[in-house]
Amino acid sequence: MANEAEETVRKLSAHKGVVGVVVVNGEGIPIKTTLDNHVSVQYAGLLGSLVDKAKSVVRDLDPTNDLTFLRIRSKKSEVMVAPDKEFILIVVQNPVE
Amino acid sequence: MEKQEKSELVYEYTKRRKEFGRQTLFEDYGPEMRVSIPNNPALYKNYILRNPVDVAIQNTGTMSEHWVNSVRAEYTSSGINHVEGGWPKDINMNDPEAAQRYRRKIEKDDAYIHAVMHLGHSMEHNILQNNAVDMYQTYYSELPSIPPVERSSCHTVNVYREPGTRRPVRSLSWQAEGARLASAHADIDFMRSNRSLQFSYIWDIENANAPDLIIEPTQPLLDLQYNPRDQHILVGGMLNGQVGCWDMRKGGEPFAMCPPHVAHRELVRNVLFVHSKTGAEFFSSSPDGVVKWWDIRSMNEPTDSMIIDLVKLQSDTQSVDKALGISALEYEPTIPTRFMVGTETGLVIGGNRKGKTPLEKLPSKYEAHLGPVYALQRNPTFLKNFLTVGDWTAKVWSEDCRESSILWTYSHHTKLTDGAWNPVRFSLMLITQWDGCLSCWDLLRRRSAPIVTAQLCDEPLLRVRPHEGGLLVACGSSKGTIYLAELSQNLGTADKNDKQLLTHILERENKRERILEARMRELRLKMRQDRDVGQQAAETDPAGNDRDLEEATVEYMQTVKDLQAQQKSIP
Repeated sequence: MANEAEETVRKLSAHKGVVGVVVVNGEGIPIKTTLDNHVSVQYAGLLGSLVDKAKSVVRDLDPTNDLTFLRIRSKKSEVMVAPDKEFILIVVQNPVE
Repeated sequence: MEKQEKSELVYEYTKRRKEFGRQTLFEDYGPEMRVSIPNNPALYKNYILRNPVDVAIQNTGTMSEHWVNSVRAEYTSSGINHVEGGWPKDINMNDPEAAQRYRRKIEKDDAYIHAVMHLGHSMEHNILQNNAVDMYQTYYSELPSIPPVERSSCHTVNVYREPGTRRPVRSLSWQAEGARLASAHADIDFMRSNRSLQFSYIWDIENANAPDLIIEPTQPLLDLQYNPRDQHILVGGMLNGQVGCWDMRKGGEPFAMCPPHVAHRELVRNVLFVHSKTGAEFFSSSPDGVVKWWDIRSMNEPTDSMIIDLVKLQSDTQSVDKALGISALEYEPTIPTRFMVGTETGLVIGGNRKGKTPLEKLPSKYEAHLGPVYALQRNPTFLKNFLTVGDWTAKVWSEDCRESSILWTYSHHTKLTDGAWNPVRFSLMLITQWDGCLSCWDLLRRRSAPIVTAQLCDEPLLRVRPHEGGLLVACGSSKGTIYLAELSQNLGTADKNDKQLLTHILERENKRERILEARMRELRLKMRQDRDVGQQAAETDPAGNDRDLEEATVEYMQTVKDLQAQQKSIP
């Protein structure tokens, strides 16, 4: 079972344009990452609070709604965040032109 | 002693009972000093005078002050060092082994595995989507913007009604640089018994309530034109064949009129100013078939006249008996010696004033319409092309093509009464119809139908004259009302490419007609040759023709009988 999780993460990072994959737990600790530690820690810390804020925005507007995905497109890359109850999956991808 | 005090407090008096109830009688009693306390100067030493004395006075409403504060949250500022996320207290995060062990422990957790599987799935979808298409680009930015859809419209802005009895409008003319419109009204009913004076009017377009000036001709005016050189002079043609001149400054009476013996023999249908050094020459035409030139300064006799009689041979002379009645007159100031007339038989004849022989005087002829030519105007930009309106169509001609017009409209259901080119947008033709519609045909946009048709009124529209600015169009109706219509901006202006495009169109149509003309000529030549050859043979067999006729007759009677039988069988 743990292998499957590993497999998934490896498969994701093997896609074209993907720079890195980080799995962060509820406390903001990067559990599994393909990037360096300090970069992962940065992503984990910054995106954790952003996901909380986004979730509260969606819930405030409509209590029956929930956040499923968050995408931040910047000039150089795109950060995709998939939140869960306890964990957050972060993928950084460079857009392919 | 008590008793003594009592006596001071008590005052006893007696009164007889019969004196009870009587009114009280008051007396005036002067002031009486009771107590006097003199001042004691010895006490002065205990006091000082206060100087100045401040007294605050204010006349305002009294208010009270009370302040309230909400429940405050208590804040404290303290520093936090967040390098890495919330590690549990027992693990030293700098110790890589312990951190790794902790991580491994979480990785084995069921929740972790499920979460990663689930999230990974949706994440993969989005990664692939990103790879496939760049969603965030601005689409269609490199495409050129399409020109906006052209909306044409035409609506009435003002209505000028003839005061008094309503007579059909016979002509309209705009003042050269001013904002005035001259309208000639005439009711041509020769059997009418009462011959009251029929007036014509000059309107200021701003004021629709009353005409600016009332022109009083002795006979009803059929045409009234402004002098393009002098804004105040007008000339008019009258019902009895005379022509007269008016000056707006002098009032409604004509200042000059031609004598009846040199006038036309029929009513004067058209007058037009001619290009001349003095700017005072004009010419007139009438259904009697003669065109006369006049000079305003000496109206006693015409300066020149020409009979519109087409002769075939050089030696024939023109005669008034055979002359063709004229219904339209055309003159272009840039071509001074030539003019064109439209006849009541539907021909358009080009005239040359400087011609010596009758053939030279009327060099060109076009068979325009099946009925009288109502309007004839050269295109102000393309002088070789002119517009004719007659029977139920409007046609555009080119001077070189004698056989047929190069462009024409479809046959309308209603009669077309007048047409004109728009002076600014030279591809636009304005045509008025018998059912009260003003239709605008734009040769650059659509040639199979008008681009705008506006129903201005219910009665027939008889005349149309566009203003030189190109946006305003004056239309006169048979009830004596003039409708001032305004065209939308795109109809009143010309683009820079328009001239080129229209040149192409006209050239192309011209070429087509010329090719057709050449072909027709060839065919006719061939037919003539055949006929010449065949005539020698036919002279020996005149009966042959009769036989053909007989056969044709028999065939015809047969078809008629068949049709009759067919009709009877259908109940």
